[in-house]
Amino acid sequence: MQCWDPRMEFLPREDLERLQYRLLKLLVCRLYHFSPFYHHRMESARVHPDDINTLDDVNKLPFMYKSDLRDSYPDGIFTATTEDLVRYHVSSGTTGKPTVVGYTAADLHNWTDSLARGLSSCGLGRGDVVQVCYGYGLFTGGLGLHYGAERIGAAVIPASVGNTERQVEMMQDLKATAIACTPSYLLHIGEVAERMGISIKNDTSLRVGILGAEPWSERMRTRVQDWLGIKAYDIYGTSELSGPMFSECSAQEGFHVWGDLALVEVLDRESGEPLGPGEEGEMVVTMLQKEALPMIRYRIGDITSMETDVCPCGRTHPRVRRVTGRVDDMLIIRGINVFPSQVEYTLMTIPEVGRHFQIVVDRKGSLDDMLVRVEVSPEGISDRIQDLIKVRNTVEQKLKNTLNVTVEVELVEPGSLPRFEGKSKRVIDRRNL
Amino acid sequence: MTAGESYLIKQISVFSENRPGRLAAIAAALKEEEINILAFSIAEADGFGVVRALVDKPDKAYAKLSARGFNVAFTDVIAVQMRDEPGGLFEVATLLGTAGINIEYAYAYHSRDAAVLIIRVDRAADAAKVIKEMGGKLLSTITIQ
Ligand SMILES: [Zn+2]
Repeated sequence: MQCWDPRMEFLPREDLERLQYRLLKLLVCRLYHFSPFYHHRMESARVHPDDINTLDDVNKLPFMYKSDLRDSYPDGIFTATTEDLVRYHVSSGTTGKPTVVGYTAADLHNWTDSLARGLSSCGLGRGDVVQVCYGYGLFTGGLGLHYGAERIGAAVIPASVGNTERQVEMMQDLKATAIACTPSYLLHIGEVAERMGISIKNDTSLRVGILGAEPWSERMRTRVQDWLGIKAYDIYGTSELSGPMFSECSAQEGFHVWGDLALVEVLDRESGEPLGPGEEGEMVVTMLQKEALPMIRYRIGDITSMETDVCPCGRTHPRVRRVTGRVDDMLIIRGINVFPSQVEYTLMTIPEVGRHFQIVVDRKGSLDDMLVRVEVSPEGISDRIQDLIKVRNTVEQKLKNTLNVTVEVELVEPGSLPRFEGKSKRVIDRRNL
Repeated sequence: MTAGESYLIKQISVFSENRPGRLAAIAAALKEEEINILAFSIAEADGFGVVRALVDKPDKAYAKLSARGFNVAFTDVIAVQMRDEPGGLFEVATLLGTAGINIEYAYAYHSRDAAVLIIRVDRAADAAKVIKEMGGKLLSTITIQ
Protein backbone atom coordinates (compact mmCIF):
# COMPACT_ATOMS: atom_id res chain seq x y z
CA MET A 1 0.00 0.00 0.00
CA GLN A 2 1.26 3.47 -0.89
CA CYS A 3 1.65 5.84 2.02
CA TRP A 4 3.28 9.26 2.16
CA ASP A 5 3.84 9.74 5.89
CA PRO A 6 3.24 6.41 7.67
CA ARG A 7 4.29 7.68 11.08
CA MET A 8 1.69 10.44 11.08
CA GLU A 9 -1.03 8.68 9.10
CA PHE A 10 -1.07 5.62 11.35
CA LEU A 11 -0.46 7.48 14.63
CA PRO A 12 -2.50 5.82 17.39
CA ARG A 13 -5.72 7.71 18.01
CA GLU A 14 -4.85 8.77 21.56
CA ASP A 15 -1.51 10.17 20.46
CA LEU A 16 -3.21 11.99 17.60
CA GLU A 17 -5.72 13.59 19.98
CA ARG A 18 -2.98 14.62 22.40
CA LEU A 19 -1.15 16.22 19.48
CA GLN A 20 -4.32 17.99 18.40
CA TYR A 21 -4.85 19.36 21.89
CA ARG A 22 -1.30 20.72 22.09
CA LEU A 23 -1.63 22.33 18.66
CA LEU A 24 -4.99 23.86 19.59
CA LYS A 25 -3.69 25.27 22.85
CA LEU A 26 -0.69 26.84 21.14
CA LEU A 27 -2.89 28.23 18.37
CA VAL A 28 -5.30 29.84 20.79
CA CYS A 29 -2.50 31.37 22.88
CA ARG A 30 -0.79 32.72 19.80
CA LEU A 31 -3.96 34.26 18.33
CA TYR A 32 -5.16 35.67 21.63
CA HIS A 33 -1.94 37.62 21.95
CA PHE A 34 -1.09 38.41 18.37
CA SER A 35 -4.32 38.63 16.39
CA PRO A 36 -6.52 41.67 17.08
CA PHE A 37 -9.42 39.93 15.33
CA TYR A 38 -9.27 36.73 17.39
CA HIS A 39 -8.41 38.61 20.59
CA HIS A 40 -11.56 40.65 20.19
CA ARG A 41 -13.63 37.57 19.31
CA MET A 42 -12.44 35.67 22.37
CA GLU A 43 -13.00 38.65 24.62
CA SER A 44 -16.57 39.01 23.34
CA ALA A 45 -17.20 35.32 23.92
CA ARG A 46 -15.55 35.59 27.36
CA VAL A 47 -13.05 32.85 26.59
CA HIS A 48 -9.43 32.99 27.65
CA PRO A 49 -6.65 30.63 26.46
CA ASP A 50 -6.54 29.33 30.05
CA ASP A 51 -10.05 27.90 29.53
CA ILE A 52 -8.81 25.52 26.86
CA ASN A 53 -7.64 22.47 28.77
CA THR A 54 -8.92 19.52 26.76
CA LEU A 55 -9.57 18.93 23.09
CA ASP A 56 -13.33 19.11 23.72
CA ASP A 57 -12.90 22.64 25.05
CA VAL A 58 -12.74 23.70 21.41
CA ASN A 59 -16.51 24.18 21.65
CA LYS A 60 -15.99 27.12 24.01
CA LEU A 61 -14.40 29.08 21.19
CA PRO A 62 -16.44 31.44 19.04
CA PHE A 63 -17.29 30.64 15.43
CA MET A 64 -15.88 32.35 12.40
CA TYR A 65 -17.88 33.01 9.23
CA LYS A 66 -17.29 33.71 5.59
CA SER A 67 -18.61 37.19 6.22
CA ASP A 68 -15.70 37.80 8.62
CA LEU A 69 -13.31 37.29 5.74
CA ARG A 70 -15.26 39.64 3.53
CA ASP A 71 -15.52 42.28 6.24
CA SER A 72 -11.77 42.16 6.81
CA TYR A 73 -10.95 42.43 3.10
CA PRO A 74 -8.24 42.15 1.98
CA ASP A 75 -5.97 41.04 4.83
CA GLY A 76 -7.50 42.15 8.13
CA ILE A 77 -7.27 38.69 9.71
CA PHE A 78 -3.77 37.88 8.43
CA THR A 79 -1.25 37.13 11.17
CA ALA A 80 1.79 37.08 8.93
CA THR A 81 3.67 40.10 7.69
CA THR A 82 4.18 40.78 4.01
CA GLU A 83 7.80 39.61 4.36
CA ASP A 84 6.59 36.16 5.37
CA LEU A 85 3.94 35.79 2.69
CA VAL A 86 4.87 33.80 -0.40
CA ARG A 87 1.54 33.50 -2.25
CA TYR A 88 -1.97 34.89 -2.55
CA HIS A 89 -5.10 33.23 -3.87
CA VAL A 90 -8.33 35.11 -4.41
CA SER A 91 -11.74 33.52 -4.66
CA SER A 92 -14.51 35.38 -6.37
CA GLY A 93 -17.38 36.01 -4.03
CA THR A 94 -20.90 35.33 -5.22
CA THR A 95 -21.95 38.41 -3.31
CA GLY A 96 -19.84 41.47 -2.73
CA LYS A 97 -16.13 41.36 -2.10
CA PRO A 98 -13.87 38.41 -2.90
CA THR A 99 -11.93 36.44 -0.29
CA VAL A 100 -8.16 36.82 -0.17
CA VAL A 101 -6.05 33.99 1.23
CA GLY A 102 -2.37 34.50 2.00
CA TYR A 103 0.20 31.72 2.48
CA THR A 104 3.52 31.51 4.26
CA ALA A 105 6.10 28.98 3.09
CA ALA A 106 4.96 26.65 5.89
CA ASP A 107 1.31 27.04 4.77
CA LEU A 108 2.21 25.98 1.23
CA HIS A 109 4.27 23.10 2.61
CA ASN A 110 1.41 21.79 4.74
CA TRP A 111 -1.14 22.23 1.96
CA THR A 112 1.00 20.30 -0.50
CA ASP A 113 1.85 17.64 2.08
CA SER A 114 -1.82 17.13 2.87
CA LEU A 115 -2.48 16.47 -0.81
CA ALA A 116 0.60 14.25 -1.11
CA ARG A 117 -0.81 12.05 1.67
CA GLY A 118 -4.23 11.98 0.02
CA LEU A 119 -3.02 11.26 -3.50
CA SER A 120 -0.71 8.49 -2.22
CA SER A 121 -3.60 6.99 -0.26
CA CYS A 122 -5.53 6.47 -3.48
CA GLY A 123 -2.62 4.66 -5.03
CA LEU A 124 -0.87 7.40 -6.98
CA GLY A 125 2.88 7.97 -7.03
CA ARG A 126 5.96 7.90 -9.24
CA GLY A 127 5.16 6.77 -12.76
CA ASP A 128 1.67 8.22 -12.70
CA VAL A 129 0.65 10.99 -15.08
CA VAL A 130 -1.85 13.38 -13.51
CA GLN A 131 -3.90 15.64 -15.77
CA VAL A 132 -4.91 18.63 -13.66
CA CYS A 133 -8.08 20.10 -15.14
CA TYR A 134 -8.89 22.52 -12.36
CA GLY A 135 -8.49 26.17 -13.16
CA TYR A 136 -4.98 27.52 -12.68
CA GLY A 137 -4.51 31.02 -11.36
CA LEU A 138 -6.36 32.76 -8.57
CA PHE A 139 -8.47 29.63 -7.99
CA THR A 140 -6.69 27.19 -5.67
CA GLY A 141 -7.66 23.99 -7.49
CA GLY A 142 -5.09 24.00 -10.29
CA LEU A 143 -1.93 24.98 -8.41
CA GLY A 144 -2.91 22.95 -5.34
CA LEU A 145 -3.26 19.64 -7.17
CA HIS A 146 -0.29 20.54 -9.34
CA TYR A 147 2.17 20.78 -6.46
CA GLY A 148 0.54 17.89 -4.58
CA ALA A 149 0.99 15.56 -7.54
CA GLU A 150 4.53 16.76 -8.15
CA ARG A 151 5.48 16.14 -4.55
CA ILE A 152 4.60 12.44 -4.79
CA GLY A 153 6.74 12.15 -7.90
CA ALA A 154 3.96 11.97 -10.47
CA ALA A 155 4.22 13.78 -13.79
CA VAL A 156 1.74 16.63 -14.06
CA ILE A 157 -0.09 17.82 -17.17
CA PRO A 158 -1.16 21.36 -16.19
CA ALA A 159 -4.13 21.22 -18.54
CA SER A 160 -6.42 23.65 -16.70
CA VAL A 161 -10.04 23.95 -17.84
CA GLY A 162 -11.51 24.12 -21.32
CA ASN A 163 -10.68 23.06 -24.87
CA THR A 164 -12.11 19.67 -24.06
CA GLU A 165 -11.23 17.91 -27.32
CA ARG A 166 -7.60 18.77 -26.75
CA GLN A 167 -7.90 17.49 -23.18
CA VAL A 168 -9.00 14.12 -24.57
CA GLU A 169 -6.12 14.07 -27.06
CA MET A 170 -3.56 14.88 -24.35
CA MET A 171 -5.06 12.24 -22.09
CA GLN A 172 -4.55 9.67 -24.84
CA ASP A 173 -1.19 10.82 -26.16
CA LEU A 174 0.52 11.43 -22.81
CA LYS A 175 -1.11 8.33 -21.29
CA ALA A 176 -2.61 10.14 -18.31
CA THR A 177 -3.36 7.68 -15.50
CA ALA A 178 -5.24 10.16 -13.33
CA ILE A 179 -7.37 13.23 -13.81
CA ALA A 180 -8.22 15.91 -11.27
CA CYS A 181 -11.30 17.96 -12.08
CA THR A 182 -14.88 18.70 -11.07
CA PRO A 183 -17.24 15.72 -11.44
CA SER A 184 -19.39 17.63 -13.93
CA TYR A 185 -16.37 18.45 -16.06
CA LEU A 186 -15.36 14.79 -16.07
CA LEU A 187 -18.81 13.87 -17.36
CA HIS A 188 -18.40 16.50 -20.03
CA ILE A 189 -14.98 15.11 -21.01
CA GLY A 190 -16.50 11.62 -21.20
CA GLU A 191 -19.27 12.83 -23.48
CA VAL A 192 -16.89 14.76 -25.72
CA ALA A 193 -14.57 11.73 -25.94
CA GLU A 194 -17.46 9.54 -27.04
CA ARG A 195 -18.43 12.05 -29.69
CA MET A 196 -14.81 11.85 -30.91
CA GLY A 197 -15.17 8.08 -31.07
CA ILE A 198 -12.90 7.52 -28.05
CA SER A 199 -13.86 5.36 -25.11
CA ILE A 200 -12.04 6.53 -21.98
CA LYS A 201 -12.52 3.05 -20.56
CA ASN A 202 -10.97 1.17 -23.50
CA ASP A 203 -8.83 3.67 -25.36
CA THR A 204 -6.96 5.53 -22.59
CA SER A 205 -4.73 4.68 -19.60
CA LEU A 206 -6.90 6.62 -17.16
CA ARG A 207 -7.53 4.72 -13.93
CA VAL A 208 -8.10 7.36 -11.24
CA GLY A 209 -10.32 10.44 -10.95
CA ILE A 210 -9.76 12.99 -8.17
CA LEU A 211 -13.09 14.78 -8.17
CA GLY A 212 -14.13 17.79 -6.16
CA ALA A 213 -15.00 21.50 -5.94
CA GLU A 214 -18.70 20.68 -6.13
CA PRO A 215 -20.95 18.17 -4.36
CA TRP A 216 -21.56 14.85 -6.06
CA SER A 217 -23.18 11.60 -5.13
CA GLU A 218 -22.45 7.95 -4.50
CA ARG A 219 -24.61 7.00 -7.47
CA MET A 220 -22.62 9.34 -9.65
CA ARG A 221 -19.48 7.56 -8.44
CA THR A 222 -20.88 4.20 -9.53
CA ARG A 223 -21.88 5.58 -12.90
CA VAL A 224 -18.57 7.30 -13.54
CA GLN A 225 -16.59 4.25 -12.47
CA ASP A 226 -18.59 1.86 -14.65
CA TRP A 227 -18.73 4.18 -17.62
CA LEU A 228 -15.13 5.42 -17.67
CA GLY A 229 -13.45 2.39 -16.11
CA ILE A 230 -11.74 4.40 -13.37
CA LYS A 231 -11.75 4.64 -9.58
CA ALA A 232 -13.32 7.95 -8.58
CA TYR A 233 -12.19 9.63 -5.34
CA ASP A 234 -13.76 12.56 -3.57
CA ILE A 235 -11.49 15.48 -2.72
CA TYR A 236 -12.49 18.30 -0.42
CA GLY A 237 -11.35 21.79 0.37
CA THR A 238 -11.98 25.47 -0.01
CA SER A 239 -9.60 28.36 -0.45
CA GLU A 240 -10.07 29.36 3.21
CA LEU A 241 -8.58 26.01 4.30
CA SER A 242 -5.79 26.58 1.73
CA GLY A 243 -7.48 24.93 -1.25
CA PRO A 244 -8.30 21.32 -2.08
CA MET A 245 -6.96 19.60 1.04
CA PHE A 246 -8.39 16.20 1.89
CA SER A 247 -9.07 13.25 -0.35
CA GLU A 248 -10.45 9.80 0.04
CA CYS A 249 -8.18 6.78 0.42
CA SER A 250 -8.46 3.46 -1.40
CA ALA A 251 -11.36 2.52 0.91
CA GLN A 252 -13.52 5.26 -0.70
CA GLU A 253 -15.43 5.75 2.53
CA GLY A 254 -15.05 9.47 3.05
CA PHE A 255 -12.07 11.81 2.93
CA HIS A 256 -9.41 11.65 5.65
CA VAL A 257 -9.05 14.92 7.50
CA TRP A 258 -5.45 14.90 8.70
CA GLY A 259 -5.78 15.53 12.40
CA ASP A 260 -2.42 17.23 12.76
CA LEU A 261 -3.54 19.87 10.27
CA ALA A 262 -7.22 20.28 10.99
CA LEU A 263 -9.71 19.66 13.75
CA VAL A 264 -13.13 18.95 12.35
CA GLU A 265 -16.44 19.06 14.19
CA VAL A 266 -19.91 18.14 12.93
CA LEU A 267 -22.57 20.12 14.76
CA ASP A 268 -26.34 20.11 14.99
CA ARG A 269 -27.43 23.02 12.85
CA GLU A 270 -29.96 24.34 15.32
CA SER A 271 -28.44 23.69 18.74
CA GLY A 272 -24.76 23.82 17.77
CA GLU A 273 -24.21 20.63 19.84
CA PRO A 274 -21.64 18.14 18.58
CA LEU A 275 -23.13 15.16 16.75
CA GLY A 276 -22.06 11.53 16.94
CA PRO A 277 -20.41 9.46 14.22
CA GLY A 278 -22.58 9.12 11.11
CA GLU A 279 -24.96 11.89 12.15
CA GLU A 280 -25.45 14.58 9.56
CA GLY A 281 -24.86 18.20 10.45
CA GLU A 282 -22.83 21.27 9.69
CA MET A 283 -19.08 20.86 9.39
CA VAL A 284 -16.92 23.28 11.35
CA VAL A 285 -13.16 23.31 10.83
CA THR A 286 -10.24 24.61 12.87
CA MET A 287 -6.94 24.73 11.00
CA LEU A 288 -4.32 23.78 13.58
CA GLN A 289 -1.15 24.90 11.81
CA LYS A 290 -2.15 27.66 9.43
CA GLU A 291 0.04 30.75 9.81
CA ALA A 292 -0.95 33.52 7.43
CA LEU A 293 -4.72 33.22 7.65
CA PRO A 294 -5.68 31.31 10.79
CA MET A 295 -9.09 29.70 10.94
CA ILE A 296 -10.75 28.82 14.22
CA ARG A 297 -14.10 27.05 14.12
CA TYR A 298 -14.81 28.17 10.61
CA ARG A 299 -18.36 27.51 9.47
CA ILE A 300 -17.78 26.52 5.87
CA GLY A 301 -21.47 25.89 5.35
CA ASP A 302 -21.16 22.28 4.18
CA ILE A 303 -23.45 19.56 5.46
CA THR A 304 -21.98 16.12 6.08
CA SER A 305 -21.21 13.47 8.70
CA MET A 306 -18.01 12.10 10.24
CA GLU A 307 -16.65 8.63 11.10
CA THR A 308 -14.10 8.41 13.89
CA ASP A 309 -13.26 4.70 13.95
CA VAL A 310 -10.08 3.43 12.31
CA CYS A 311 -10.49 3.33 8.55
CA PRO A 312 -10.40 -0.01 6.67
CA CYS A 313 -7.14 1.31 5.18
CA GLY A 314 -5.66 1.42 8.70
CA ARG A 315 -5.31 5.18 8.94
CA THR A 316 -6.40 6.64 12.26
CA HIS A 317 -7.45 10.10 11.08
CA PRO A 318 -11.19 10.78 11.00
CA ARG A 319 -13.11 10.45 7.77
CA VAL A 320 -15.72 12.92 6.64
CA ARG A 321 -18.46 11.61 4.39
CA ARG A 322 -19.06 13.33 1.10
CA VAL A 323 -20.75 16.68 1.42
CA THR A 324 -24.46 16.22 0.81
CA GLY A 325 -25.34 19.85 0.52
CA ARG A 326 -24.50 23.38 1.44
CA VAL A 327 -26.24 25.46 4.01
CA ASP A 328 -26.57 28.22 1.43
CA ASP A 329 -27.42 25.86 -1.48
CA MET A 330 -30.39 24.70 0.46
CA LEU A 331 -33.69 25.79 -1.00
CA ILE A 332 -36.76 26.17 1.09
CA ILE A 333 -39.74 25.17 -1.04
CA ARG A 334 -43.08 25.59 0.70
CA GLY A 335 -41.29 25.32 4.02
CA ILE A 336 -39.41 22.13 3.15
CA ASN A 337 -35.63 21.95 2.88
CA VAL A 338 -34.51 20.85 -0.56
CA PHE A 339 -30.91 20.24 -1.67
CA PRO A 340 -29.93 20.17 -5.34
CA SER A 341 -27.85 17.07 -4.54
CA GLN A 342 -31.06 15.19 -3.73
CA VAL A 343 -32.29 15.96 -7.22
CA GLU A 344 -29.02 14.62 -8.59
CA TYR A 345 -29.31 11.40 -6.56
CA THR A 346 -32.78 10.80 -7.91
CA LEU A 347 -31.98 11.49 -11.55
CA MET A 348 -29.10 9.00 -11.35
CA THR A 349 -31.64 6.23 -10.86
CA ILE A 350 -33.60 7.03 -14.02
CA PRO A 351 -31.78 5.94 -17.19
CA GLU A 352 -34.30 7.69 -19.44
CA VAL A 353 -32.95 11.09 -18.43
CA GLY A 354 -29.45 12.54 -18.46
CA ARG A 355 -27.09 13.65 -15.74
CA HIS A 356 -27.51 17.37 -16.10
CA PHE A 357 -30.34 19.33 -14.61
CA GLN A 358 -31.51 22.80 -13.74
CA ILE A 359 -33.85 23.85 -10.98
CA VAL A 360 -36.04 26.89 -11.47
CA VAL A 361 -37.90 28.18 -8.43
CA ASP A 362 -40.64 30.72 -8.82
CA ARG A 363 -43.51 32.04 -6.76
CA LYS A 364 -46.99 31.77 -8.23
CA GLY A 365 -49.31 33.73 -5.97
CA SER A 366 -48.31 32.71 -2.49
CA LEU A 367 -47.03 29.27 -3.46
CA ASP A 368 -43.49 28.28 -4.42
CA ASP A 369 -43.21 26.45 -7.72
CA MET A 370 -40.28 24.17 -8.36
CA LEU A 371 -39.47 23.21 -11.91
CA VAL A 372 -36.74 20.73 -12.75
CA ARG A 373 -35.47 20.69 -16.30
CA VAL A 374 -33.86 17.43 -17.41
CA GLU A 375 -32.46 16.17 -20.67
CA VAL A 376 -33.96 13.12 -22.34
CA SER A 377 -31.24 10.47 -22.70
CA PRO A 378 -30.83 8.10 -25.66
CA GLU A 379 -32.53 5.44 -23.51
CA GLY A 380 -35.51 7.73 -23.04
CA ILE A 381 -36.27 8.61 -26.63
CA SER A 382 -39.38 7.07 -28.16
CA ASP A 383 -41.63 7.77 -31.11
CA ARG A 384 -44.61 7.58 -28.76
CA ILE A 385 -45.67 10.70 -26.91
CA GLN A 386 -47.17 8.53 -24.16
CA ASP A 387 -43.76 6.98 -23.45
CA LEU A 388 -42.23 10.40 -23.01
CA ILE A 389 -45.06 11.57 -20.80
CA LYS A 390 -44.50 8.42 -18.76
CA VAL A 391 -40.81 9.34 -18.39
CA ARG A 392 -41.78 12.80 -17.23
CA ASN A 393 -44.32 11.42 -14.76
CA THR A 394 -41.77 8.94 -13.41
CA VAL A 395 -39.26 11.71 -12.79
CA GLU A 396 -41.93 13.87 -11.15
CA GLN A 397 -43.06 10.99 -8.94
CA LYS A 398 -39.55 9.97 -7.90
CA LEU A 399 -38.57 13.56 -7.12
CA LYS A 400 -41.72 14.02 -5.09
CA ASN A 401 -40.97 10.87 -3.11
CA THR A 402 -37.43 12.02 -2.35
CA LEU A 403 -38.03 15.71 -1.72
CA ASN A 404 -41.53 15.61 -0.24
CA VAL A 405 -42.37 18.52 -2.49
CA THR A 406 -44.41 18.52 -5.67
CA VAL A 407 -42.14 19.18 -8.58
CA GLU A 408 -42.90 19.99 -12.17
CA VAL A 409 -40.57 18.38 -14.69
CA GLU A 410 -39.72 19.67 -18.11
CA LEU A 411 -38.04 17.38 -20.65
CA VAL A 412 -35.51 19.19 -22.79
CA GLU A 413 -33.26 18.23 -25.67
CA PRO A 414 -29.89 16.69 -24.88
CA GLY A 415 -27.10 19.23 -24.67
CA SER A 416 -29.47 22.15 -24.13
CA LEU A 417 -28.76 22.67 -20.42
CA PRO A 418 -25.63 24.63 -19.50
CA ARG A 419 -22.52 22.49 -18.91
CA PHE A 420 -20.31 23.54 -16.05
CA GLU A 421 -16.61 23.76 -16.38
CA GLY A 422 -16.03 25.41 -13.02
CA LYS A 423 -18.26 25.58 -10.01
CA SER A 424 -21.77 24.75 -10.99
CA LYS A 425 -24.82 26.89 -10.61
CA ARG A 426 -27.79 24.66 -11.12
CA VAL A 427 -30.44 26.67 -9.37
CA ILE A 428 -32.29 29.67 -10.69
CA ASP A 429 -34.31 31.26 -7.93
CA ARG A 430 -36.72 33.83 -9.32
CA ARG A 431 -38.49 34.42 -6.04
CA ASN A 432 -36.22 37.26 -4.95
CA LEU A 433 -36.41 39.23 -8.18
CA MET B 1 -36.12 -14.03 -43.07
CA THR B 2 -39.89 -13.96 -43.17
CA ALA B 3 -41.87 -12.52 -46.03
CA GLY B 4 -43.02 -9.52 -44.00
CA GLU B 5 -39.59 -8.19 -43.11
CA SER B 6 -38.70 -6.44 -46.30
CA TYR B 7 -41.83 -4.31 -45.79
CA LEU B 8 -40.56 -2.83 -42.56
CA ILE B 9 -39.64 0.77 -43.11
CA LYS B 10 -37.33 2.70 -40.83
CA GLN B 11 -38.92 5.84 -39.51
CA ILE B 12 -36.75 8.30 -37.62
CA SER B 13 -38.24 9.70 -34.43
CA VAL B 14 -36.66 12.85 -33.07
CA PHE B 15 -37.24 14.36 -29.63
CA SER B 16 -37.80 18.09 -29.88
CA GLU B 17 -38.66 20.90 -27.52
CA ASN B 18 -41.63 23.04 -28.52
CA ARG B 19 -39.50 25.99 -29.41
CA PRO B 20 -39.56 28.00 -32.59
CA GLY B 21 -37.01 26.83 -35.11
CA ARG B 22 -36.54 23.25 -33.93
CA LEU B 23 -38.35 21.71 -36.90
CA ALA B 24 -36.44 24.03 -39.23
CA ALA B 25 -33.18 22.92 -37.61
CA ILE B 26 -34.03 19.28 -38.27
CA ALA B 27 -35.02 20.03 -41.87
CA ALA B 28 -31.87 22.07 -42.47
CA ALA B 29 -29.62 19.31 -41.13
CA LEU B 30 -31.25 16.78 -43.45
CA LYS B 31 -31.05 19.10 -46.41
CA GLU B 32 -27.30 19.54 -45.91
CA GLU B 33 -26.92 15.81 -46.47
CA GLU B 34 -29.38 15.85 -49.39
CA ILE B 35 -31.77 13.62 -47.54
CA ASN B 36 -35.36 13.77 -48.77
CA ILE B 37 -38.18 13.88 -46.31
CA LEU B 38 -40.98 11.82 -47.83
CA ALA B 39 -43.44 12.35 -45.04
CA PHE B 40 -43.51 13.58 -41.52
CA SER B 41 -45.80 14.15 -38.59
CA ILE B 42 -45.43 15.90 -35.27
CA ALA B 43 -46.89 14.73 -32.00
CA GLU B 44 -46.94 17.24 -29.21
CA ALA B 45 -47.37 17.31 -25.49
CA ASP B 46 -47.01 20.49 -23.48
CA GLY B 47 -43.40 21.55 -23.69
CA PHE B 48 -42.07 18.88 -26.02
CA GLY B 49 -42.87 16.84 -29.06
CA VAL B 50 -41.70 14.04 -31.29
CA VAL B 51 -41.01 14.63 -34.94
CA ARG B 52 -41.56 11.44 -36.94
CA ALA B 53 -40.18 11.41 -40.43
CA LEU B 54 -39.91 9.02 -43.30
CA VAL B 55 -36.73 9.77 -45.23
CA ASP B 56 -34.96 8.18 -48.16
CA LYS B 57 -31.66 7.68 -46.29
CA PRO B 58 -32.54 6.85 -42.68
CA ASP B 59 -29.05 5.78 -41.52
CA LYS B 60 -27.49 8.93 -42.87
CA ALA B 61 -30.27 10.99 -41.29
CA TYR B 62 -29.75 9.26 -37.93
CA ALA B 63 -26.02 9.94 -38.00
CA LYS B 64 -26.43 13.56 -39.04
CA LEU B 65 -29.09 14.41 -36.48
CA SER B 66 -27.21 12.62 -33.68
CA ALA B 67 -24.09 14.57 -34.54
CA ARG B 68 -26.16 17.74 -34.29
CA GLY B 69 -27.07 16.72 -30.76
CA PHE B 70 -30.60 15.55 -31.40
CA ASN B 71 -31.98 12.50 -29.66
CA VAL B 72 -32.99 10.14 -32.47
CA ALA B 73 -34.49 6.65 -32.55
CA PHE B 74 -35.50 4.30 -35.31
CA THR B 75 -39.05 2.96 -35.37
CA ASP B 76 -40.32 0.26 -37.73
CA VAL B 77 -43.44 1.32 -39.59
CA ILE B 78 -45.27 -0.07 -42.59
CA ALA B 79 -46.48 1.80 -45.67
CA VAL B 80 -49.84 0.76 -47.06
CA GLN B 81 -50.72 1.87 -50.53
CA MET B 82 -54.23 3.29 -50.85
CA ARG B 83 -56.33 3.83 -53.92
CA ASP B 84 -56.08 7.53 -54.49
CA GLU B 85 -59.82 8.07 -54.64
CA PRO B 86 -62.72 8.38 -52.23
CA GLY B 87 -63.03 5.30 -50.13
CA GLY B 88 -59.34 4.42 -50.24
CA LEU B 89 -58.79 5.16 -46.61
CA PHE B 90 -61.93 3.30 -45.65
CA GLU B 91 -60.66 0.21 -47.44
CA VAL B 92 -57.39 0.22 -45.56
CA ALA B 93 -59.11 0.86 -42.27
CA THR B 94 -61.46 -2.05 -42.87
CA LEU B 95 -58.58 -4.30 -43.80
CA LEU B 96 -56.65 -3.46 -40.63
CA GLY B 97 -59.78 -3.86 -38.54
CA THR B 98 -60.50 -7.27 -39.96
CA ALA B 99 -56.89 -8.30 -39.42
CA GLY B 100 -57.14 -7.17 -35.81
CA ILE B 101 -54.23 -4.73 -36.14
CA ASN B 102 -54.25 -1.86 -33.71
CA ILE B 103 -52.95 1.43 -35.10
CA GLU B 104 -50.89 3.53 -32.73
CA TYR B 105 -50.61 6.42 -35.13
CA ALA B 106 -50.67 7.03 -38.85
CA TYR B 107 -49.86 9.72 -41.35
CA ALA B 108 -50.03 9.87 -45.09
CA TYR B 109 -48.20 11.08 -48.15
CA HIS B 110 -48.70 11.12 -51.88
CA SER B 111 -46.17 9.44 -54.11
CA ARG B 112 -46.26 9.89 -57.89
CA ASP B 113 -48.96 7.33 -58.46
CA ALA B 114 -50.60 6.53 -55.17
CA ALA B 115 -51.51 7.72 -51.72
CA VAL B 116 -49.50 6.04 -49.01
CA LEU B 117 -50.51 5.57 -45.42
CA ILE B 118 -47.67 5.19 -42.93
CA ILE B 119 -48.81 3.23 -39.94
CA ARG B 120 -47.16 2.42 -36.65
CA VAL B 121 -48.43 -0.84 -35.16
CA ASP B 122 -47.29 -3.32 -32.57
CA ARG B 123 -45.35 -6.24 -34.04
CA ALA B 124 -44.93 -4.58 -37.43
CA ALA B 125 -43.50 -7.68 -39.11
CA ASP B 126 -46.56 -9.79 -38.23
CA ALA B 127 -48.89 -6.99 -39.28
CA ALA B 128 -47.17 -6.65 -42.66
CA LYS B 129 -47.55 -10.38 -43.25
CA VAL B 130 -51.26 -10.35 -42.42
CA ILE B 131 -51.93 -7.34 -44.63
CA LYS B 132 -50.13 -8.98 -47.56
CA GLU B 133 -52.06 -12.20 -47.04
CA MET B 134 -55.33 -10.33 -47.08
CA GLY B 135 -54.45 -8.70 -50.37
CA GLY B 136 -53.35 -5.30 -49.14
CA LYS B 137 -50.60 -3.49 -51.06
CA LEU B 138 -47.51 -2.61 -49.06
CA LEU B 139 -44.58 -0.55 -50.24
CA SER B 140 -41.36 -2.50 -49.87
CA THR B 141 -38.32 -1.08 -48.14
CA ILE B 142 -36.41 -0.94 -51.41
CA THR B 143 -38.91 1.30 -53.20
CA ILE B 144 -38.62 3.96 -50.53
CA GLN B 145 -35.22 3.73 -48.92
ZN1 LIG C 1 -8.66 5.29 4.78
